[in-house]
Amino acid sequence: MGAPLVAIRGLTVAFAGAPALRGIDLDVAPGESLGLVGESGCGKSVTWLAALGLLPGQAMLGGSVRLEGQDILGAPPATLEKIRGRRIAMIFQDPASSLNPVHRIGAQIMEGLALHQGLRGTAARAEAKRLLDQVGIPDAARRLDAYPHELSGGQNQRVMIAMALAGRPELLVADEPTTALDVTIQAQILELLGRLRREIGMALVLISHDLGVVAETCARVAVMYAGRIVETAATERLFAAPSHPYTQGLLGALPPFEGERRPLLAIPGAVPEPWAMPQGCAFAPRCAQAGPDCGATTPAPVPLAEGHSAACLRAAPAMVPA
Amino acid sequence: MLRFLATRLLRAAVTVVLVVTFAFVVLRLSGDPAQIIMGADAPPEAVEAFRRAWGLDDPIWMQYLRYFGAIIGGDLGRSMRDGRDAIALVAERIPATLALTIPALLIKLCIGIPAGITAALHRNSPIDRAVMVLAVAGFTVPSFVLGLLLVLVFAVQLGWLPSGGQESWRHAVLPILTLGIGGAAVLARFTRSAMLEVLGQPYIRTASAKGVPWRAVVWGHALPNAAIPTVTIIGFMVGSLIAGAVVVESVFSWPGVGRLLVVAVANRDLAVVQCVLLLVAGTMVTANLVVDLLYGALDPRLRSQARGA
Repeated sequence: MGAPLVAIRGLTVAFAGAPALRGIDLDVAPGESLGLVGESGCGKSVTWLAALGLLPGQAMLGGSVRLEGQDILGAPPATLEKIRGRRIAMIFQDPASSLNPVHRIGAQIMEGLALHQGLRGTAARAEAKRLLDQVGIPDAARRLDAYPHELSGGQNQRVMIAMALAGRPELLVADEPTTALDVTIQAQILELLGRLRREIGMALVLISHDLGVVAETCARVAVMYAGRIVETAATERLFAAPSHPYTQGLLGALPPFEGERRPLLAIPGAVPEPWAMPQGCAFAPRCAQAGPDCGATTPAPVPLAEGHSAACLRAAPAMVPA
Repeated sequence: MLRFLATRLLRAAVTVVLVVTFAFVVLRLSGDPAQIIMGADAPPEAVEAFRRAWGLDDPIWMQYLRYFGAIIGGDLGRSMRDGRDAIALVAERIPATLALTIPALLIKLCIGIPAGITAALHRNSPIDRAVMVLAVAGFTVPSFVLGLLLVLVFAVQLGWLPSGGQESWRHAVLPILTLGIGGAAVLARFTRSAMLEVLGQPYIRTASAKGVPWRAVVWGHALPNAAIPTVTIIGFMVGSLIAGAVVVESVFSWPGVGRLLVVAVANRDLAVVQCVLLLVAGTMVTANLVVDLLYGALDPRLRSQARGA
């Protein structure tokens, strides 16, 4: 990987003393597609909300987030406003409530165009229409005057994506963009995100609790657990040779596409609460392979192969449990 | 839209009729106007003659029908005390009341809304706490207590302002403040909670994520949404421009509609009381109608609903 677009180092976030992120190291290369996977509450969204300064004021931040070398973590509002939407855009889970109900969608897209491209009036309107066309909204010219409640969830998510494209960002962070949508619409939105990434050449970070969703769209996956990244690998390799027991557990919980049917395996136990983190490896209490040494130290990521590392004392390529 | 307006107008008319009917019945059941106006020791023949003269000896339903027919013909009756037209009696008091309630409304809006917004934007800060302490104090203290308190300080102790009457603008200052402070407190609390609700919505985060500067997020994205619930309470305040000063007018002996109402009720001066209540119901209902229309202007979701209705 060449110089990363975004380099996150030792990122920590705590709310009222409870740690939400416990040291995230993550690189995003220009134009790459990275999946960020983990159960809800593991810190996937918080990572990017923290990077863009979108967390509430009481959140305690630590570490660094470098955008082409410039540390943007906790940067002054004026700096962040020039990065948000223009260099790193973000879309969210529930498109219906993520759009302002009292403004027409055209106006909401044109707001971004005015901010980032200085477009106003008819030029802005024409560009907004082009963006709606690009994200596949039929009858775009008329839709510009619609309000969010007049569109379906899938169409609203397309509007959100069009809005994100308005700043021609180098990185689009899509935070569970399909979770609130029907399965058929999900596939369309994922396909759209993948196509736009290739066409525009922007990087895509896809946050999801669903490994299946990420597998279809992303070349590389980072798996998060309890505020840390426990494994990163190219998608194919992660599926073929998951090394962290948590990743193995996630894969075991997926229904197999081919071969014999088998019972789905659930990971026993629950994610530890941020204020009651176990000593050592946070996954150890739920881990079948855990030994006494797992409770002693927090395991550091171990490189296993080119681009593949896992933060586990037992880390070694292993097969999906049959 | 027309259908929306028609149903609202019909509902408004029903409300007014109910208020008028209720007042009519209650006033006639709660005391004998003849006895009260003529005095307790008036000769029975005189009281009887008074009853006949005003039609009070007829059955109540006949009185009601007669009264209702007269209203539709635009006749609200005459005062039983001095025989003057009730409408004229009430109308001459309206300017005095508005001279208090309109400036008070401006105070409520100009202090309450900015205070609420500021508190919400600085949630849990000392500013927020200070605004909230003042607001809670402002609306838990009843207006007659606040009025007397202001009189005690500014009229009795400091001697800066008169304690009652209507001779000059200086007489209006304390009643206006009494009305304004209480209302501003209510509005501040309401605006704050509306604003906090809106600031927690995902679309506010979206706007920030888009790179919109915080000021523009507040003005362009938060306020238009927070205005929707706030308009309800402002509509209520506008609706009570006529009737909202009953207590304060009494405390400051201000000759407005409110004091007229108090005196008329005490005297069982039926026509005057009913005329005031009709006026009050009318303004309240009109204000509500305007609020409903404003909702449509502020919230496109309601607009589509109204179109579909």
